[in-house]
Amino acid sequence: MSDALETQDPVTMLSTPIRLDYDFTAGVAQSRSLRGYAEGRFVGQRCPVCKKVYVPSRGSCPVDAVPTKEEVVLPNTATVTTFCVVNVPFAGQSIEIPYITASILLDGADITFMGLIQGIPADEVRMGLRVEAVWVPKEELGPTLASVKYFQPTGEPDREISTFREHL
Amino acid sequence: MAEPTEVYTSTHVLEYPYSRSVGPVIGAFLTGLREGKIVGIRGENGRVIVPPTEYDPETGAETSGFVDVGPGGVIETWAWVEHPRDDAPRSTPFAWALVRLDGADTALLHVVDAASKDEVTTGARVTAHFLDEGERQGRIQDLCCFQLEETS
Repeated sequence: MSDALETQDPVTMLSTPIRLDYDFTAGVAQSRSLRGYAEGRFVGQRCPVCKKVYVPSRGSCPVDAVPTKEEVVLPNTATVTTFCVVNVPFAGQSIEIPYITASILLDGADITFMGLIQGIPADEVRMGLRVEAVWVPKEELGPTLASVKYFQPTGEPDREISTFREHL
Repeated sequence: MAEPTEVYTSTHVLEYPYSRSVGPVIGAFLTGLREGKIVGIRGENGRVIVPPTEYDPETGAETSGFVDVGPGGVIETWAWVEHPRDDAPRSTPFAWALVRLDGADTALLHVVDAASKDEVTTGARVTAHFLDEGERQGRIQDLCCFQLEETS
């Protein structure tokens, strides 16, 4: 018989981390947007058929199934279409809760992307809020959306929901 | 024609720090490893199963009665790894082997340390080699490898 079970401190748990190392290749269209971040500007693409502007650029229009070749530089100003208040702490969190993750519709763009909202209490953020991008200092710019530190309110009047309803 | 665009590539790591509860039987096996020994369990027909299972793999009956096995054993079959991958237990060539420990009726998959594949044979005697006491943590790596017994 073994006395392995008679220890005061039997093993009950096992750490079994799983790990995946992989290389992500952005492709030509997305690389243009990434290069835009390194230059401190938003670069999208316009569909030649429906004229919608996609940012970040993906290289094609999912509605018309055609390549999007025309490049469009977009401004720093945007509208919050919808948002989420993050109250739940999680491993690796780098921002103090509560904070706001919002769908950001850049002026002139037809799709939104996720952005962090700062410079306003979490309970005052609203649909239609006008915001502008705050970029990291020039020497810290890189080919990553992390080049945008956050979006902050511009102080302009809110946009009516009816003016961006189709982008929700 | 548009100017050629440099395409960005970046390396990502996705990692989840899972923990799992091991239960009373695997727990006893791991506790044994931490103490520098290998523990099996008796199946319904008296066979000794190593590593131990909660149920007899042949009959499905509950197993009971831990048994110390080894540290010596016999290589039942093996595969030589000439080019270990990054996550292999060795950075130099080694053998994966099914080792039937003395006193056991089933085999345990583990590393056999050998300088070349010419040293490894089916039926060869091996001995368990453990980490030093202070380094053992109750995991399979506490049993760092099997080493071939001297045959001369």
